[in-house]
Amino acid sequence: MTSTLPENSAKREQDRPEWPDELTRVPYWVFQRQDVYREEQENLFRGPYWSYLCLEAEVPQPGDYRTTFVGDTPVIVSRDEDGELYGFENRCAHRGALLALDDRGSNAKDFTCVYHAWSYNLQGDLTGVAFKDGIKGQGGMPKYFCLEDHGPRKLRLAVLHGLVFGSFDEDVPDIEEYLGDEILSRIDRVLGGRTPVVLGRFTQLLPNNWKLYMENVKDSYHASILHLFFTTFGINRLGQRGGIIVSESGAHHVSYSAIDREAELDAGYSDQNIRSDSEYKLADPSLLDGFSEVGDDTTLQILSVFPGFVLQQIQNSVAVRQILPRGVESTRLNWTYLGFEEDTPEQRTVRLKQANLIGPAGYISMEDGCVGGFVQRGIAGAADEQAVLEMGGESAASSESRVTEASVRGFWKAYREGMHLRQENDK
Amino acid sequence: MNVTVDAFRLISRAQGEYARCIDDGRMEDWPGFFEEDCHYRITTAANHSEGLEAGVIWADNRRMLSDRVSALLEANIYEAHTYRHILGQPAILEESDEGARSETGFLVVRVMRDGSSDIFATGRYLDRYRFDGDRASLAERVVVCDSSTIDTLLALPL
Repeated sequence: MTSTLPENSAKREQDRPEWPDELTRVPYWVFQRQDVYREEQENLFRGPYWSYLCLEAEVPQPGDYRTTFVGDTPVIVSRDEDGELYGFENRCAHRGALLALDDRGSNAKDFTCVYHAWSYNLQGDLTGVAFKDGIKGQGGMPKYFCLEDHGPRKLRLAVLHGLVFGSFDEDVPDIEEYLGDEILSRIDRVLGGRTPVVLGRFTQLLPNNWKLYMENVKDSYHASILHLFFTTFGINRLGQRGGIIVSESGAHHVSYSAIDREAELDAGYSDQNIRSDSEYKLADPSLLDGFSEVGDDTTLQILSVFPGFVLQQIQNSVAVRQILPRGVESTRLNWTYLGFEEDTPEQRTVRLKQANLIGPAGYISMEDGCVGGFVQRGIAGAADEQAVLEMGGESAASSESRVTEASVRGFWKAYREGMHLRQENDK
Repeated sequence: MNVTVDAFRLISRAQGEYARCIDDGRMEDWPGFFEEDCHYRITTAANHSEGLEAGVIWADNRRMLSDRVSALLEANIYEAHTYRHILGQPAILEESDEGARSETGFLVVRVMRDGSSDIFATGRYLDRYRFDGDRASLAERVVVCDSSTIDTLLALPL
């Protein structure tokens, strides 16, 4: 008998069942495997995709910087004296130590590694090596050592309505092409022509794979079922018109609802409430007294950008969410709550009040923090089983119905292509 | 200023009862520790030092706290758990016969249904108390958590 040890990759393919052909099935092993996690870092987070980094408003002046992550890779976003933003790995080219230890800073002239004092300018170029020429003719770097040949990997940056995105892949399409007109216009709707200000930052550590949170964001089917807050307190309007936009690649999505002025006049809509017989009412219903966000009727708009960004407008609660994998079963969810410089004091108060809807303690989002963990625990021992995503059909197309999993299927369409699990044209 | 009220005693007593109320699971009694026109907010040390206004929970009156309780009891979905608050001694920062400002360190252990206990939050209460006879009630409580990270979710208040 002859036997040879398979290559690691061959072994992976052997014990990893093939990805199903249809978009309506997602194998649970994709949430469980260390090899998948590593491939996601390489193919998606360091691949031809745009990752959200920070707000431009968070690095306003030359010398300002923020540290963040692309996937699990630490990065720095800094503004140089030329006024431009630069992004590069937060990693010394010498021995790999972090260059910047703080979340943010200002008046930085350079970044100097604490380990051996190699220093970098605000564009991420290596500019100095301590004891480069040795001491008294002894030691030092070889003559052929060239500073320009060494430095952390740089990111390509794109700024869109104050949102800073970065990619390690120079071949990533321009952000406008990447997102497409429909998604662009929906970002413009919330952020265009206004100056965002940060009202607060909070982080949730989720006990589940990052993709379970992205699925949840794109899943408009669960909203009125898992989140009982609105229905319990008789404030859900199921008669609202709305819809789902899925980008052509499937990667990005928008879910929105708007006040339907005709339905507002029709008292019958309240009969549709799941728990319309509820006797519970908010003691302070002013929680939901808001204002037209940008002068239109859209009261909710959840927008996601593949692989891990969310822009949210829920009533007058505007926030960005950054989804960062922290391991196969751990995800960091960074919330940045936004207001706008143009807000009146009353509008600011509405935003602070309606922030009770979102974040780690949000009336309608606290459940999203735990439901991914319920799935992660539920699928233990079921690596060969598959999730079923048949609500609203089999496609990843836009629709006027939100009782659909179309945008979740869209995520997997983009995911399996990006991960080379199955090309869309082999169907 | 002629201070005749023992602020330390009043506040210590109120805080002991506050922690016991939450840890015993008597959520419906929790808003009763606050004045009607109170302010209650949970934030992080980083937000607090930057002067950022938003909270994980943000309320500008007691009815909003009552809504928190009824939402937790009637609507929100989370796994059953309890807290154990360990409070430090209140530091009295300002006092008069009418009230006081104080700061108190806390540690909250979260005990889950599966038997696990974890340090869920540490931080400090920045309080403004109003005194009414032998009772101290909260006009303002800003809960400043030391860490910016919250594990999974925050359901029960701190």
